[in-house]
Amino acid sequence: MTLGNAHLTPNAEVPADPAAGSAGVADPVLEIRGLCVDYGLGDEAVHPVVDCDLVLRRGHVLGLAGESGSGKSTLAMATIRLLRWPGVITAGEVLFHSKPASGERRTVDVLSAGEEELRSLRWSEISVVPQSALNSLNPVATTRAQFDDLLRVHRRNLSAAERVDRAVELLEMVGLTADRLRSYPHELSGGQRQRVMIAMALALDPQVMILDEPTTALDVVTQREILEELMSLRDRLGFAALFITHDLSLLIELADEIAVMYAGRIVERAPAVSLFRAPRMPYTHGLLHCFPPMHGERAAMEGIPGSPPDLRALPHGCAFHPRCPWAMERCRSETPTLVSLAESGRTAACWLHAGDVSVPQDLDLPDPLQPAPGAMGAAAPRFRRSSR
Amino acid sequence: MAQNTTLMAAVAGGGAPLPEGLPGRPRALRLPHGPKVIIGLVILAVFVVVAIIGTWAAPYSPNATNVATWVRHVLVPGTGPGTGVPAHYYPLPLPPSSSHLLGTTVFAQDVLSQLLASTGATLFVGLLAAAMATVLSVLVGVTAGYIGGFADESLSLLSNVFLAIPGLPLLIVLAFYVPSAGTSILLVAIIIAVTSWAYTARVLRAQTLSLRSRDFVEAARISGEGRLRIILVEVLPNLVPIVAASFLFTTLYAIGVYVALAFLGLAGSPTSSPAGLWNWGEMLREGFANNAVRGGWWWWWAPPGLCIALLGTSLALLNFGIDEFINPRLRVAGLSRRAAKRAGIRVRPSFGVTAVVRRKAEPGGEVAAP
Amino acid sequence: MSVAARTPSTTASVAAEPALEGRNLTKYFSVKGGHGIFARRARLCAVEDFSIALSAGTVTGLVGESGSGKTTVARLLAKVITPDLGELFIDGEPAPRRRPRSYTAQVQMVLQDPFSSLNPVYRVRHDLVRPLRIHHGATDIDAAVSDLLRRVALEPPERFANKFPHELSGGQRQRVAIARALAVRPRVLLADEPVSMLDVSVRLGLLNLLADLRDRDHLAILYVTHDIGSARYLADTIMVMYAGKLVESAPSATLTDSPAHPYTQLLLSAAPDPDRAEPPSLAGSGAPPSLISPPSGCRFHPRCPHAMEICRREVPPDVPISSGHVAACWLHVDPAQRRAGSNGGEAPPEDGAQPRPNPAGGSPDREHDPMSSTIHEEG
Repeated sequence: MTLGNAHLTPNAEVPADPAAGSAGVADPVLEIRGLCVDYGLGDEAVHPVVDCDLVLRRGHVLGLAGESGSGKSTLAMATIRLLRWPGVITAGEVLFHSKPASGERRTVDVLSAGEEELRSLRWSEISVVPQSALNSLNPVATTRAQFDDLLRVHRRNLSAAERVDRAVELLEMVGLTADRLRSYPHELSGGQRQRVMIAMALALDPQVMILDEPTTALDVVTQREILEELMSLRDRLGFAALFITHDLSLLIELADEIAVMYAGRIVERAPAVSLFRAPRMPYTHGLLHCFPPMHGERAAMEGIPGSPPDLRALPHGCAFHPRCPWAMERCRSETPTLVSLAESGRTAACWLHAGDVSVPQDLDLPDPLQPAPGAMGAAAPRFRRSSR
Repeated sequence: MAQNTTLMAAVAGGGAPLPEGLPGRPRALRLPHGPKVIIGLVILAVFVVVAIIGTWAAPYSPNATNVATWVRHVLVPGTGPGTGVPAHYYPLPLPPSSSHLLGTTVFAQDVLSQLLASTGATLFVGLLAAAMATVLSVLVGVTAGYIGGFADESLSLLSNVFLAIPGLPLLIVLAFYVPSAGTSILLVAIIIAVTSWAYTARVLRAQTLSLRSRDFVEAARISGEGRLRIILVEVLPNLVPIVAASFLFTTLYAIGVYVALAFLGLAGSPTSSPAGLWNWGEMLREGFANNAVRGGWWWWWAPPGLCIALLGTSLALLNFGIDEFINPRLRVAGLSRRAAKRAGIRVRPSFGVTAVVRRKAEPGGEVAAP
Repeated sequence: MSVAARTPSTTASVAAEPALEGRNLTKYFSVKGGHGIFARRARLCAVEDFSIALSAGTVTGLVGESGSGKTTVARLLAKVITPDLGELFIDGEPAPRRRPRSYTAQVQMVLQDPFSSLNPVYRVRHDLVRPLRIHHGATDIDAAVSDLLRRVALEPPERFANKFPHELSGGQRQRVAIARALAVRPRVLLADEPVSMLDVSVRLGLLNLLADLRDRDHLAILYVTHDIGSARYLADTIMVMYAGKLVESAPSATLTDSPAHPYTQLLLSAAPDPDRAEPPSLAGSGAPPSLISPPSGCRFHPRCPHAMEICRREVPPDVPISSGHVAACWLHVDPAQRRAGSNGGEAPPEDGAQPRPNPAGGSPDREHDPMSSTIHEEG
């Protein structure tokens, strides 16, 4: 293994949310270690996900940010092995630590699980909300029929009336009224469809939700409403969420911890506030400066020069170096790996932090979560949440 | 479930819009290849060559008959010496031999020569009819799809009417009322074309409708292009794969129809007056009408039958090839399934479980290095 | 390039006649309403009584949610569709009927989706050569193509001219689309969500390119977007649309810093903003209304936390708030001038002050079914 820090022990991690600190460190519910995914086999295979480590803690929101082709969706789908051929997992480990409300705790090795075991895992323990609800809902079935199918298979002890009751309960949970049960997907607005998808994903009380750009296709107001509902549901039901999006600015308001992906690798991982106030990796820094501010003086911004790389022809060394303002000779030849930084709970894959060069000032801002005097107040606002 | 399908298509070099900046060969160079297309092309090429040089290469004229030596004379029982009845002989075709590579017919004609002479007309009628039908369908389909409104309604009605009319009966009626059809390749081709354009027209209309709403057509309109130029320069090139595929399909259909008409005796006979053309259907008709099957004279009916089957196969193979070209999904599925089999992975489309193929080496930094 | 550095040119050109102006534009679409055999053609009002002026050397941002009619406005201005009511003016002169070349030579449009706006069978050259030929005859085409590609920062131009669209990234494709629009040397550029399909990291580059075209070539640019943050960055003036109507228009910093209309406030509170001091509270959730049977009076009143009796009855006038700042909202009309009968309404806020979003008043109405028919949302 390349990384000394790849398998962080739970107590090496800082609680992502200061509020959660008093409650102690939440235990991991999903651990991804050294996951590699290829499309295709042999020499022609491309590597959309390379050596990725993630830890999702119970009740937390882990944000996965990246541009198109960065491998964020691939990583998420591979985690529950929903990736279709020619996607192939070539290395790594995915552990799901199940702690059901009733029943015993167990740890499932997802990558060696059989079909039957995966089937029992998906939806009931780990559910997925995809980007396009329109493609995922059955176009010729009413909402009621879709819930009915789902509950009939997975909750055999429920009677027909109980199934309807449960469906109504779920719909009300996501802010829809019971009369939506009679609707076909095309009769629902985009926001309503996505709400139905979330309700269905919640139907079996999963411990983990994987949200793959769940609000990207929606208008901002609807997006905000749905995310607020999702976060309050998270507080109520206690599921953990892996939230995938290209919109880093949204993620900062939403997530406890954020992992940034670039060209198939995780390049930086940090608590959301730290990442926002004090990015350490040049790509994160650039990405944060791609969102024009909503306040203050309007000033020219540069964005990141160049285009995201082609996975079939990645630059040598660090994949970001052609776009990086601080690229050094070493970046062109050697691929940096994710290493822990001086601040606990933070990792970054960048030669600038290897210790032998002085870190540019932009990448060395004080981390608000670190015990530096006066820095604690700078936390970014959050969606409403309660400490768990 | 949702997943990164764009990437998957890109991996297989699909023709669909690629994600960010993936380099690829220019579309024009990515002609369909693979065993299907190559076999289809080879067979078709052989037939085209035969069609061109057939009459010239034939050892005899297809109509030439030599009653003296090109048939076996069998004495009719109850005639000839000792019966008091003058000897009567009935002719039997000769099996393949060095002088008649495919034997002869009961009319003392050389089968090979007929076969070679027939190829030209059969292929030519097929191609000509398909060409006319394709032109007709492009005209109707693209016009209807692009212009829309009343033109669309009426042209669609027209093609629906032609679709609804059963083809072969109409052909039989048409051919019956145009008795000179058999003497003219052009007439036969027109009759076939008229009955076979409608399906393609509908497909092209639908495609044009979807292309018309694509942004590049709108962009051309905004930059001031004229309507005709947009249709010809912006829309039509995007329809080429479909037009090519349906051209092949129509050729296949037209050959089948021509053979069927000739088999029914509606395309004129080479022996009638005015003389019709030699074609495979005519050969089959003569063979079947003269007990070639019951007599076991396979060399008379099998060669034209085989030729029809082979030509049909080659056109179908080419059609499949173009189909995969149009629809990258088919190609991805086919290619990757083969690759998966080689790697010993079971790919089951119904229930997705991502395969885990551990690399020999432990994962490390060098893994992704190209 | 600098956003801040162009104030002088802005003020200089404001006085002149706007390069392109649309007055009282109204557009109806006919859609299928209802279900099954009872389906009727219904009239959908995509844009109603909308006026807009684009001046040389300025960027006008047109912000709205999907279905607000913002793309329809751009298409009306491009004369891709014809308005049912209202007129277009070029330099104060009525625009010609239909869409002659003299019009397309002045007004060009960049479409949203760079993945479908370039013909996949042709090289980039083709896309640029056509407009050059149409509008400027056969001069030195090669030099003109190179020049265009250089202007949109696709260098070296010779290499990009010979590429097929699928060999380009999304940002590069959109640059080609802009180059195509520039090829006719227009004075007005209508950009319909030019960056929404692009990766986050390349969006700013495109926006800066548009800013460049405004500053250097003095183009009048319409920037249509759903992202109020990017409009604030690029645009000089922002117009906010809701359900086919203008709700507020102001210089961009004024609009985002002190929004006067409750809908603008809602939009701003929903926009992602990590710098926000405290968590936003949405005032007036729910969905945009049906455009087939829009609400009476102010179209925002069913969602508005400040809705008064008069809002349900009367269409609000465009109320001037400050210089260049207009909001179509009864809250900003002097109570004496609001006709009587608004006894159910709350007291208007103090003069000049904008109504604060009231968290208690903004009871999150559940998103209700917008209507029982199919909405064909544009773009």
